[in-house]
Amino acid sequence: MTSTLPDPTRVLVHPAIVRVTHWINALAILIMIGSGWRIYNNVPIFSSIEFPLWATLGGDPDLTYARNSDVGFSNALLWHLAGMWLFTVNGLIFLAYGVFSGRYFRKLFPIRPREVTATVADTLRLKLAHDDLTVYNAVQKLLYLGVIAAMVLAAISGLSLWKPVQFQSLITLFQGFQGARLVHFLCMSAIALFLVVHVTLALLVPRTFLSMVTGKVRAPSRLSIDAAE
Amino acid sequence: MSKRILSRSLFRPAQGVDQSILAENNPLIRSLERRLFLRQGLSLGALTLLTGCDISNKDSVQFVLKGFSSWNDRVQAWLFDPTKLAPTFSEAQVLKPPRFNAFYSIDEVKPIDAASWKLEVGGLVKDKRPWTLDRIDALPKVSQITRHVCVEGWDYIGKWSGVSLRRFLEIIEADLSAKYVAFECADDYSGSIDMASALHPQTQLTTHYADEPIGNPYGFPLRLRVATKLGFKMPKWITSIEVTNEYPGGYWEDRDYNWFSGI
Repeated sequence: MTSTLPDPTRVLVHPAIVRVTHWINALAILIMIGSGWRIYNNVPIFSSIEFPLWATLGGDPDLTYARNSDVGFSNALLWHLAGMWLFTVNGLIFLAYGVFSGRYFRKLFPIRPREVTATVADTLRLKLAHDDLTVYNAVQKLLYLGVIAAMVLAAISGLSLWKPVQFQSLITLFQGFQGARLVHFLCMSAIALFLVVHVTLALLVPRTFLSMVTGKVRAPSRLSIDAAE
Repeated sequence: MSKRILSRSLFRPAQGVDQSILAENNPLIRSLERRLFLRQGLSLGALTLLTGCDISNKDSVQFVLKGFSSWNDRVQAWLFDPTKLAPTFSEAQVLKPPRFNAFYSIDEVKPIDAASWKLEVGGLVKDKRPWTLDRIDALPKVSQITRHVCVEGWDYIGKWSGVSLRRFLEIIEADLSAKYVAFECADDYSGSIDMASALHPQTQLTTHYADEPIGNPYGFPLRLRVATKLGFKMPKWITSIEVTNEYPGGYWEDRDYNWFSGI
């Protein structure tokens, strides 16, 4: 792949389809979490957990009350049930590409337990190795696999909440309607936690952020020279 | 000793650093910082833009959201399996009394006088005579123990008994190929469902809950029960039924709640 590129010092790490689906997914996740939090606040699962209004999606409470006789619940539902199409269709394209191109198997496997513990130990000593952006370390592999699994499970539990009679076998699997609601909430929590780590690291190492825009990074051989920064 | 205190590092130049280079390149540094700030600001801005309260109420956003809601109506009608029954539960799981829910609080419920109550029927039906409670009670009863799911996320198991809506529509000789069945209520609530859901075997005009006449705060004397729809699709304190081909809307449906709302 490298040889076909005009500039041998820059290698393509994220093909266009990955970049486009990544940013559409970022938008979809923000819509789903923002509106989901407003829906959750209406009847919380845990009385001690409520999301701040500014972080939710569903319209200005006063304006929405004038139109819908609620403070943004129906508006958040509209967002959530529209956003689910963006999230699902885009997610399926992303998954199909990852599986059929072999990218997942190349990028995310194998995950060796010894590498995981080594990377965790390095990270705890604030030794963030990012001299070669063309490969993921073991912790990155685990996190990316984990968040993909959380998003798939969020979609499945969401489908069961939307259609608990038509897909009643899913509700049985989740131990009832409230069980499905809890699974959906936990998936959201996992995705939100991932997002905090993911965005923080992307801001700490802006090269990774730029590579998801341009698709390219400097070739690892040249990078290792100035990695001693 | 005193020298070491002044300059803690041996490598620090005794004369201090020449500031002129910094002054010369200041505009460049500023511009670099600005660019970085802009870049990070843009990504953060994209995050907060979505969570900001104002865009939801823009007409263009509302237009798109309602477009998706209509699309969801069509998808749900297609997903709806008229022969698929909602799961049933045991008598022991039935919540007594049921959970109260309306667009006002329980102390604002206005009692209905059973003796003067009448059910009007209209629209695409042949027999338009109004029904008294006695006549409805004389019809054969069906019973179900199913899950009631609210759009807000709560649910409970309930036991509902009454007349099958399909049976009732057949008795009044309704046009079963019409699109909608609409309901009006004593408390100014209203609602409508699609004909396919109206004819579902578990859709009933409910007169009893947990083997007792349905209590006053829960829709006495007549409420709708649709095991395949969200709770707000089931009007209570019903006073009229109309079969129609014109979209009737409803109390919450007119307030942007999804019309089909099947489960």
